[in-house]
Amino acid sequence: MTTVAVKPATMAQALTRALRDAMAADPSVHVMGEDVGTLGGVFRITDGLAKEFGEDRCTDTPLAEAGILGTAVGMAMYGLRPVVEMQFDAFAYPAFEQLVSHVAKMRNRTRGKMPLPLTIRVPYGGGIGGVEHHSDSSEAYYMATPGLHVVTPATVADAYGLLRAAIASDDPVVFLEPKRLYWSKDAWNPEEPATVEPIGRAVVRRSGRSATLITYGPSVPVCMQAAEAARAEGWDLEVVDLRSLVPFDDGTVCASVRRTGRAVVVHESGGFGGPGGEIAARVTERCFHHLEAPVLRVAGFDLPYPPPMLERHHLPGVDRILDAVGRLQWEAES
Amino acid sequence: MTVMEQRGTYRPAPPPAWQPRTDPAPLLPDAEPYRVLGTEAAAKADPELLRRLYAELVKGRRYNAQATALTKQGRLAVYPSSTGQEACEVAAALALEERDWLFPSYRDTLAVVARGVDPVEALTLLRGDWHTGYDPYEHRVAPLSTPLATQLPHAVGLAHAARLKGDDVVALAMVGDGGTSEGDFHEALNFAAVWQAPVVFLVQNNGFAISVPLAKQTAAPSLAHKAVGYGMPGRLVDGNDAAAVHEVLSDAVRHARAGGGPTLIEAVTYRVEAHTNADDATRYRGDAEVETWKQHDPIALLERELTGRGLLDEAGAETARRDAETMAADLRAHMNEDPALDPMDLFADVYAEPTPQLLEQREQLRAELAAEAEQEGVQG
Repeated sequence: MTTVAVKPATMAQALTRALRDAMAADPSVHVMGEDVGTLGGVFRITDGLAKEFGEDRCTDTPLAEAGILGTAVGMAMYGLRPVVEMQFDAFAYPAFEQLVSHVAKMRNRTRGKMPLPLTIRVPYGGGIGGVEHHSDSSEAYYMATPGLHVVTPATVADAYGLLRAAIASDDPVVFLEPKRLYWSKDAWNPEEPATVEPIGRAVVRRSGRSATLITYGPSVPVCMQAAEAARAEGWDLEVVDLRSLVPFDDGTVCASVRRTGRAVVVHESGGFGGPGGEIAARVTERCFHHLEAPVLRVAGFDLPYPPPMLERHHLPGVDRILDAVGRLQWEAES
Repeated sequence: MTVMEQRGTYRPAPPPAWQPRTDPAPLLPDAEPYRVLGTEAAAKADPELLRRLYAELVKGRRYNAQATALTKQGRLAVYPSSTGQEACEVAAALALEERDWLFPSYRDTLAVVARGVDPVEALTLLRGDWHTGYDPYEHRVAPLSTPLATQLPHAVGLAHAARLKGDDVVALAMVGDGGTSEGDFHEALNFAAVWQAPVVFLVQNNGFAISVPLAKQTAAPSLAHKAVGYGMPGRLVDGNDAAAVHEVLSDAVRHARAGGGPTLIEAVTYRVEAHTNADDATRYRGDAEVETWKQHDPIALLERELTGRGLLDEAGAETARRDAETMAADLRAHMNEDPALDPMDLFADVYAEPTPQLLEQREQLRAELAAEAEQEGVQG
């Protein structure tokens, strides 16, 4: 029996490893996007892939997102499994028509004859000091489009497991990478890079009895910090990491809320028309008689993403989360 | 050498001399649309091919008439007719090999049928009982695309993938004059040229994007000239000359298959009918213009050539008409049958496996249908 040292690895390294392993395992996997070849991507997620697999398998495309996704659709029609990189969240918008009108609908409109197994990787979210158009949380647009899976990891191990699952999926997956967490480290064993996570399962990151924080992606570590800080207030918070926004894991979320009786949804995306509204409604519909207080939302403000010197006021932080927890009608307890 | 000395001797190198990436001259289209019928080139055309084109044109026109009639009878939700454009439609299908792919737009039902797709299944979209009624892999025909020009990058990607796999497959993508203004047209042509993908782009310039004439669509010398900007050849052809369209398309397909890269072809034609049965063309064009184009009718042009050369007599023309009538009667009979609908199919094929949310909603619909059936039973 050999023991492999479990070393800290970054989410970026795990994503690179997932792409490399997927390409090695399946010759139909093709990576394409802007600067993904020679440069290895602006975040270096595709580093080394062009060298190892050749430029036909890891391709620098012209700078045109609709063209990238549109040609990927044609490649998937011919039996390839494209993995597309959109350079930044807000640069993915030109591809929106291809995504909504073709990627999401092709299986359905052809009665299952023409499925499109493709993965669209999108670095998303703020908190990196990015200037305008580099920090959007665009998940609500994707969630509102039937036919897409929408997945987002929050840990190094999940980054690997979920990306492998996304690439293996016979359905299109919008894979949202919290760019703020690219350089976050976890103990992770790259020699045994965890099993491929099934898409659609949330996970309880921290058990607690007082209230549930429902969150995903870049807000997961913030919620974990909030849960630690809450101990001083006497609250024992549970943290649920959704991992998959579509499909949505009602089971794990509602089991947690039924245990704790209180819930706060936390995300960077704007609150109005954002994912939190859908989640709060689902929890309320299913857990009403277990709830001690209305489900609250802590979200980004409903404004265009702010300039970097002001973004900390916009992003949900520990204090704003704890304020919301404080408003969960604890008076009834005493 | 000291730093100061280095500065003293430093001279900026001149930038590399500018050169065009490719010589634009060979990419330019001819000054006039290429014609075969009524010219000396016609003598070289294969008589069998001309007869085949003629039979398909006659059938195509009858198909358009039948489909338009079906809209009036409420059997089709809508039909965008390609009457007047049959030469482009038929030639597109006939220029391809079995293994090639066709990427049609919503006005290209004739090309889809001429490629071999079942005439009834080709109308599923427009009848409204489903979206794409045929299996795209059976005849290698992509779904009829309603969002303009969005199917063009698909053709490029598929052709590129085929080449990566070592298959000598060509993709032919069809679009209209209005579609050339879309961003996807630009991106598709650019990707195709950069990748040297085996794709042929056929633009049917039928004069109108619904009501908007070409002059309000582009200031380019011709749509074929746009090719030069991408570094691919542009060809201009008389879209009502079936022999010419077939020849130009076949050349481009051969060129692509041989590794020569993409070609943009502008076929100059005319939409004789309104945009669809729901459109009123008298609001934006006069009868005189339509009449002028009817004098340059694709079927009449080919008929004149064939009869002039003794390749078609009245009996032959009658056979073509009779075959078209048989096709139309068959289409009518099938379209007059109510399509079998199962509302539960709504939930099939949204994903490979339905999400838990869709499973819940499917059960909701099942319960609603059961309640409906029970209600009908009580009333019955």
